[in-house]
Amino acid sequence: MTNTPIELGSFWLPKQSSTVAPQVDQAWNAVYWVAVFFFVLVVTGMVVFSWRYRRKKEGEVTSDVDHNTALEVIWTLIPLGITMGLFTLGLRGFINASVAPADAIEIHVTAQKWSWSFTYPNGTTTAELGVPKDKPVKLVMSSTDVLHSLYVPEFRIKQDVIPGTYTTLWFQATEAKEVALLCTEYCGTGHSDMAAKITVMEGPKYLEWLDANGDGADKPPAERGKSLFTTKSCAGCHSVDGTRVVGPSMKGVFGKMEDLADGTQVKVDENYLRESLLNPNGKVVKGYQPLMPSFQGQLKDKDIDAIIAYLKTVN
Amino acid sequence: MSRSITVDEVAAAPDSGGTDYINATKGVWSWLTTVDHKRIGIMYLVSVLTAFALGGFFALLLRLELLTPKHTIMSADTYNQAFTLHGVVMVFLFIIPSIPGALGNFFLPIMIGAKDVAFPRLNLLSLYLYWIGAIFALSSILSSGLDTGWTFYVPYSSTTNTAVVNVTLGAFVLGFSSILTGLNFIVTLHKLRAPGVGWFKMPLFLWGLYATSIVQILATPVLGITLLLLVFERTLHIGIFDPALGGDPVLFQHFFWFYSHPAVYIMILPGMGIISELIAVHAHRKVFGYKAIAFSSVAIALVGFLVWGHHMFVAGQSELASTIFSFLTFLVAIPSGVKVFNWIGTLWGGSISFKAPMLFALSFLFLFTIGGLTGVFLGMLSVDMHLHDTYFVVAHFHYVMMGGTVTAFVGGLHHWWPKMTGRMYSEKLAVLSCALYFIGFNATFFTQFLMGSRGMPRRYYNYLDQFQPLHAFSTFGSWILGAAFLVMLYNLLNSLKNGERAPKNPWGGLSLEWETASPPVTENFVHVPHVEHGPYDYAATVARRAS
Repeated sequence: MTNTPIELGSFWLPKQSSTVAPQVDQAWNAVYWVAVFFFVLVVTGMVVFSWRYRRKKEGEVTSDVDHNTALEVIWTLIPLGITMGLFTLGLRGFINASVAPADAIEIHVTAQKWSWSFTYPNGTTTAELGVPKDKPVKLVMSSTDVLHSLYVPEFRIKQDVIPGTYTTLWFQATEAKEVALLCTEYCGTGHSDMAAKITVMEGPKYLEWLDANGDGADKPPAERGKSLFTTKSCAGCHSVDGTRVVGPSMKGVFGKMEDLADGTQVKVDENYLRESLLNPNGKVVKGYQPLMPSFQGQLKDKDIDAIIAYLKTVN
Repeated sequence: MSRSITVDEVAAAPDSGGTDYINATKGVWSWLTTVDHKRIGIMYLVSVLTAFALGGFFALLLRLELLTPKHTIMSADTYNQAFTLHGVVMVFLFIIPSIPGALGNFFLPIMIGAKDVAFPRLNLLSLYLYWIGAIFALSSILSSGLDTGWTFYVPYSSTTNTAVVNVTLGAFVLGFSSILTGLNFIVTLHKLRAPGVGWFKMPLFLWGLYATSIVQILATPVLGITLLLLVFERTLHIGIFDPALGGDPVLFQHFFWFYSHPAVYIMILPGMGIISELIAVHAHRKVFGYKAIAFSSVAIALVGFLVWGHHMFVAGQSELASTIFSFLTFLVAIPSGVKVFNWIGTLWGGSISFKAPMLFALSFLFLFTIGGLTGVFLGMLSVDMHLHDTYFVVAHFHYVMMGGTVTAFVGGLHHWWPKMTGRMYSEKLAVLSCALYFIGFNATFFTQFLMGSRGMPRRYYNYLDQFQPLHAFSTFGSWILGAAFLVMLYNLLNSLKNGERAPKNPWGGLSLEWETASPPVTENFVHVPHVEHGPYDYAATVARRAS
């Protein structure tokens, strides 16, 4: 268990240490006051009516009023309106938290029982996360065993980490300090100790820190990916300059919408590329034959990460 | 099969009106082979209360462990098994069968003036299936342990070395018990209502049970299928959910919550039904908005099928799916809110007595309102990113499931105890247990909202030191809560031996169960009841008596 505490920002919530946090807290405040209002309303009604209409003697004649359409319509529509407002407010913060800025630094996160590891664009891998202040950071996450979930209370972000699929999360830290990162999906014996420290640093300090932690043995994923692209014979069928060979060219492929043979469309993202390496004939691009062999068992997860990282650079 | 007394013979018997159902026949065997819905109800009651005691015992152990971070009384693995056992027992063995199995079985036929449910033997079979499933699941948990949590999330559940297969098979059998009870209730309500008991002359408890039954029949098979697929994956290595075998773990969550979210309504709707009875009877007041309450039960049951994805906002489903599920979740909040307003409206203009059942009903209004409103926090997409899988969620569902359903169940038990047993309990002790319950509950669980919003994840054996004072407070609260149940247990058991004989109608209720003896005869009524007034026509009845 990391000893980094969660710093409180108010009675209810941790400190706001990311750009997403104020939006989440704005939504929290709205729903909090709505809840307080309705709670007071209900409890006041209950207490006042209980006292006012307490039984004073047996056989009292009680009200026969069994409905009031106007009142019932009002107490249905007003809460409906309020909840629709809350829905919209929640959606706004969620959209913002879901879409990472294009210039975000991409860090790969691998979760396993019961530790985290973080791989940076230069190939460095660390067990604690270091990030620059005021720069957007995108986490591309995968698990090697069971479900985990990455949670940073002071950033107000959380996303499950799943084996066999990439999930992403982004944040921009607003203060140079240490914050706690916790696992919030139950994963067995060490679940509550699967924590890490995030150190938010000023830009130049981050670069120094990154250099100091680099092991030098690993090349950056994109560079590894480039050599894998040749050694695994990908280049035999896929050009990187736009020419059509046996398979589609990889030029600018990442992020593109592809028409598939079955008439549907797919966005080329991490998951589609991974799927295309492991089960290449599942979703074949329109106009091409299902000829590619599967690389299941030939490529380790780290290799796949590297190839994807390389393909992102092919423009 | 032993010969039972017919209604005509009972009618011909002098004065006494026949033998009550408890003394109709003697011996354990006569109970085990009975098809009397009241005896089956009592056996369910004893069974679910035993399960509740077991689940509660484990809850107290968990709270004790959480008194301090790291090791207090048990290891991390034992802790993981203890919270799994607590959840599995409370969900599958207690709360789902509790109200329908015990109070529903006992009162549903009586409240519509019927002799029994439509399929009495099927009713006994569902009790036996409950016992078989319970023994199977419990023996496996106690012998080889289970550490997946009650949700059985894959791939953890497809790889752990604990008794996943046996427990899921147990839950599978329990599902059939649930389906058969639902089926029986639906047919009974459609076919066996006495002359004069129209749909809108039924007590609202029955509307709650009707809505519940619909969900039980439609949703439970999906759980059965999901658990069987999990068993196939573990035993035959067919890849369905485990990515190592080519499966998809998020698919399991969709399947699981497709049942388990509607199951939340299986748990709460009967409780809401009880509250409508308690408030109307103890306020001697016509229910305000009868149809709104009745239809909102059905609305909750139906819309409840479309919101399962709100358990998965951060689980890796698409943003679009999360958005749609969030929207539908807000819609399902409305009928629950409408019910609360109607209950408050029923207090207005009433003649309210504050006997123990009413005190539990008022506690329900307080606790369920908190439970419902905190659900709105979790339905908001951005707020849920922060609160998901923290103690805020734990507090929320305990306010709904325990503050709601358990409070209603205990209130209903006190309300109908004189009818079921023919004995009155001590009112003083009942009020004391209610007060302890209310204080203990809030001390235990309100604290957990604060922990959750401050970032304390759930299912944690060890935790950051800063949460220790709050955890300790919650643990102290759990002791008060435990004491409340001990007082309650003593009071109810003691009444069986030393309690005063209960009159036919201790609370002045107007629904049919108050027109038969306490305890009722085996056939429920000596004559087929002739229904002249609705279950809540208090003003008219008082006026008639006065004239």
